[in-house]
Amino acid sequence: MQINVTINGTGETRDVESRRLLVDFIRTDLGMTGTHIGCDTTSCGACTVLLDGKPVKSCTVLAVQADGHEVTTVEGLGQNGELHPIQGAFKEHHGLQCGFCTPGMMLVGASLLENNPSPTDEEVRWAISGNLCRCTGYMNIVAAIQAAGGDGS
Amino acid sequence: MYPSAFEYSAPGTLDEALSALGEAGDEGRVLAGGQSLIPMMKLGLAAPGCLIDINGLSELSYIRESNGDLAIGALARHADVAASDLVGRTNGTLAAAAPWISDPLVRNRGTVCGSVAHCDPEGDWNSVMLAVGASVVARSAAKRRKNRERVIPIADFVAGPFTNSLNPGEMVAEVRVPKYRGAAGGAYLKLERKIGDYATVGVAAHLALDAAGNVAEAGLALTSVHQHNLKVTEAEALMAGQTPSPELFAEAAEAAARSCDPESDIRGPADFKRAVVAEYTRRGFAAALKQARGEG
Amino acid sequence: MSTVHELRTSPEIGGVGHSVLRKEDDRFIRGAGSYIDDLTLPGMLHMAILRSPVAHARIGSIDSSAATALDGVLAVVTGEALAAHGLAWMPTLSGDTQAVLATDKVRFQGQEVAAVIAADPYTAADAVKLIEVEYEDLEAITTPQQSLSTDTLIRDDKEGQTDNTAYTWEAGDQDAADAAFAAAARVVSLDTHYPRSHPAPLETCGVVADVNSITGQATIYMTSQAPHAIRTVFALVAGLPEEKIRIVTRDIGGGFGNKVPVYPGYVVATAASLLIGKPVKWIESRTENLISTGFARDFHMHAELAIDGENRITAMRADILSDQGAFYSDAQPSKFRAGLFHICTGSYDFPAAHVTAKGAYTNKAPGGVAYRCSFRVTEASYLIERLVDNAAHEVGMDPADFRSLNFIGADQFPYLSPTGFVYDSGDYHGAMDMAKELIDYDGWRARQAEQNSDPGADKLIGIGIASFTEVVGAGNSREFDILGLKMFDSAELRVHPTGKAILKLGVQTQGQGHETTFAQIVAEELGIPYSDIKVQYGDTDNTPYGLGTYASRSTPVGGAATAVVSRKLRAKARKLAAHLLEAAEEDLEWEPGKFTVRGTDQSVTIQDAAFAAYTNHPEGMEAGLEGVTYYDPPNMTYPFGTYIVVVEVDTGDGTWKVLDMAAVDDCGVRINPMIVEGQITGGLTEGFAKANMQWITFDDDGNCIGSNFMDYLVPTAWETPRYKLGETVTPSPHHPIGAKGVGESATVGSPAAFTNAVVDALRSRGVTNIDMPVLPHRVWGALNGVDVSP
Repeated sequence: MQINVTINGTGETRDVESRRLLVDFIRTDLGMTGTHIGCDTTSCGACTVLLDGKPVKSCTVLAVQADGHEVTTVEGLGQNGELHPIQGAFKEHHGLQCGFCTPGMMLVGASLLENNPSPTDEEVRWAISGNLCRCTGYMNIVAAIQAAGGDGS
Repeated sequence: MYPSAFEYSAPGTLDEALSALGEAGDEGRVLAGGQSLIPMMKLGLAAPGCLIDINGLSELSYIRESNGDLAIGALARHADVAASDLVGRTNGTLAAAAPWISDPLVRNRGTVCGSVAHCDPEGDWNSVMLAVGASVVARSAAKRRKNRERVIPIADFVAGPFTNSLNPGEMVAEVRVPKYRGAAGGAYLKLERKIGDYATVGVAAHLALDAAGNVAEAGLALTSVHQHNLKVTEAEALMAGQTPSPELFAEAAEAAARSCDPESDIRGPADFKRAVVAEYTRRGFAAALKQARGEG
Repeated sequence: MSTVHELRTSPEIGGVGHSVLRKEDDRFIRGAGSYIDDLTLPGMLHMAILRSPVAHARIGSIDSSAATALDGVLAVVTGEALAAHGLAWMPTLSGDTQAVLATDKVRFQGQEVAAVIAADPYTAADAVKLIEVEYEDLEAITTPQQSLSTDTLIRDDKEGQTDNTAYTWEAGDQDAADAAFAAAARVVSLDTHYPRSHPAPLETCGVVADVNSITGQATIYMTSQAPHAIRTVFALVAGLPEEKIRIVTRDIGGGFGNKVPVYPGYVVATAASLLIGKPVKWIESRTENLISTGFARDFHMHAELAIDGENRITAMRADILSDQGAFYSDAQPSKFRAGLFHICTGSYDFPAAHVTAKGAYTNKAPGGVAYRCSFRVTEASYLIERLVDNAAHEVGMDPADFRSLNFIGADQFPYLSPTGFVYDSGDYHGAMDMAKELIDYDGWRARQAEQNSDPGADKLIGIGIASFTEVVGAGNSREFDILGLKMFDSAELRVHPTGKAILKLGVQTQGQGHETTFAQIVAEELGIPYSDIKVQYGDTDNTPYGLGTYASRSTPVGGAATAVVSRKLRAKARKLAAHLLEAAEEDLEWEPGKFTVRGTDQSVTIQDAAFAAYTNHPEGMEAGLEGVTYYDPPNMTYPFGTYIVVVEVDTGDGTWKVLDMAAVDDCGVRINPMIVEGQITGGLTEGFAKANMQWITFDDDGNCIGSNFMDYLVPTAWETPRYKLGETVTPSPHHPIGAKGVGESATVGSPAAFTNAVVDALRSRGVTNIDMPVLPHRVWGALNGVDVSP
């Protein structure tokens, strides 16, 4: 069926099979490969996007369900050529190593900071507990998100 | 891992959705949060021929007081319940359970009614609902108007593992939770190995006190230790009218451990799970009592 | 030991010791990394694999007609078809053979049976479900003990194989050890299982094979930690001319050992591309990753310590039975059949040890990869650190004091261990003292004594220590090879006329930050700003040969090669500078980035010298400023440290949480302290994961339990402890910049600390061992004297 999805502020119209997963729509149909796939069981969060502003796992949403909705991916985090504060903070605080979980972590972090600009260590850890990282041990991810709240907005 | 092909529709009204569901027959499944259904389809554990997506029916997205009950609509997400002041003020068991459903991203999408309908014996919500004496409002496009809505007590709704008592063409439109009048409290204790894990053991405890401070109503239900979520009626009955005390809670704990029928598996032997059921029953009622007495 | 490294360069140059920010991050934070699944080539096809649902069965007919008939399917490949091209079997990294697609039997659940090539991944997945295979079930052998006592032969494909033994091996001096045990005042023993685990990087394995049927050029994009070695293996397996094989790794989403071996999917995709003439992509699902690609550990260990009347350890005996799965495919040096397990004497000074090891085939996935580990050093370190803790309690000493009493002294290095390792440098007492101070060890012991003395306490405090010694950076090439390939590594450095440089490496990054740290080594040696140095790796056409990145060998070997090649260029730059300054070479003084004529203010920068190399080089000198070094390390490096963990155990439900943790690491000179600390916090977390929740097990029929992230548990930020880090610096005396490897120290060292902590909490209740993962039911079982296996 034909769907129209606003992705990072731009409307995209495509024909998709009803069973097509949102993550495949984003990665393959739209060619935006910053959203990753790390599991099949809604466990890892590598495929995190914001759906109408809220972080969800795009491997567990059908593309047809995004029809008429807004999706934000890592490619849409920055605005007008400027990085989102969380992107700079992840680099500054060594919040990433292999980079595979990073888009999802940054999107969840950005979403958290919208509602809570100064989260505690515990609040950040709770917010990112649907996203797995195998490299960092999380400490620097937490520090990066907190710093982005402090410096950014 | 991809779902098998299926027909998809996204009706604009509840009536249309109910009609579509009725027409789809056995092949039809309601798609709400999809946080259990879509993974099951990807893993090949479910292959419905037709999905009726109700996410467009914003009128089902509510948590409200209704005739003295707490009413949770079919599109209320776990996160909505976790964030709800109304729930926090009125039902300690629900409020305690909501943050421990899966993980934050799944909570943004998954729905309470969907979990209730799913009847996964390792799901948390049905234990909560059994403990607090909830009812399920089932809707359909039945020919006769009087058959279009049924209110099913949760104990009757949970029919077995992954089995509810909905008729073909019916969907869960709402879950109703009785609001307490007077002092009450509740808890949900979940042994999980990490965030996102299913419960090894879950215990939902609910306690309402009468004016004298005795137990007016006790609710106790268990997750993951029986072929379906288990309401421990023996414990509830033995507590009714009694003065709450550690000894009373220990009696209830023994009844709970006796009543359940856990399997030995990778998460531990049955005896371990029984021991945790007993431990969490004691802790759960102690916490519920504190809350009911306004101590925390 | 010193606690800081003296900085020799400015922050702008960013040499060794500067925590400069990572150059690679700019693409990752924009979602612009280029991982394998991000690659799409024109005309690319997609592959999906049919896997065995059973652990051990003879294969009857395979009916792929329905799959072939499906719209969008181009081919179904079976073992029979591969056999026609001699590709049904391939060598493993331990010199065994492994089925690419099964022809005779399936030997583990998840084994590759057939592959579908289709126009898109959804169709390929649909087609896989349509293939029908007849299986004639055989007895499933699920433990090595069962394997060695049954008549069922798992590897009936191997000529001369009469039982299920995969290998036998020993090290040390049996007579000396036995004599010491005979004279011992006490003997302390431990039986423990280091459970099967999986590295599970967040990105699974994958390949895009692009074989040009006209030119025969095979470009294979793949998730490999060792692209050059893989190229050679491909040449040997497929009979392709090696110059026509190009392996490109792109960005890799974590490796941890998982991406060292060659997997059947890579071979089948390449064969399919060759036969069909189009690029073929295969990306593992998470389940495929967990059930079929390189597992780690699975060591059943028995060990004993002999202790004299003064509480000194005098000898160790260890006997190991390893579960190898269906194919012996440990990724490890040829000579060492149980890897470097014989480092199991650890940080302690005693004269005698004897180690015996045996591996058994089972109907489980093959692997034996070194999961964030240098060839079985993780199992070894865990064993000695658990055993030493038990010994301390047995003799009535505090575990920290018992360790300090038995440590190899700082003045004993280089130290020849009883199993033949020569430890390069260390100061174990220094690390222990710092860790104790960092965590307030005495304070915690006092609090523990108070809290645990209450017989009704439902929360018990435990304190666990591990003082590990690692051995990383293989080889030397006399002793270390994989499939005959000597374990050297390489660096090629080109300084361009404008003074910017490109460094090409034989090692590979999977997130460690090579683009930054290797540039810092060049910056240190040449004074060229690290930001002016591009680091290239992971493309076999454009980088010098190397054995790859695993076993913490990048810095010890590739890093050394980088320093040495930089020094070669500096020597030439000196000649150029002398020429430009019309001075004698010996009159020039070097500071990073500049040659100055001694006693004058006349100087030439490295950039000036580079320009001259192409524009104004002296007569008789070759033009250019570039070079290559193949570095053969004289020895391994031996990082070490002490980790101390405080836990609180809930006796009601068996859960435990970390209240405090201090980790003091000594990895010699730290090139980029920020990155080193990131490696440590990541490694500690994987150690915590293994101690707390992460394992793969099987039921009696050989069904894998742990086949997805709902069952194979990986900790989130919520469960993960916070760490206090400390550092000491004891440079490696033989490494050009004094550095040792660090990527694996924390994963090697920390599991014993966590386990020791929980056991310590329960000591007063008579508990001496709980096997990992220390799950709630196991704690409960230990407390209540109930056998809770698994």
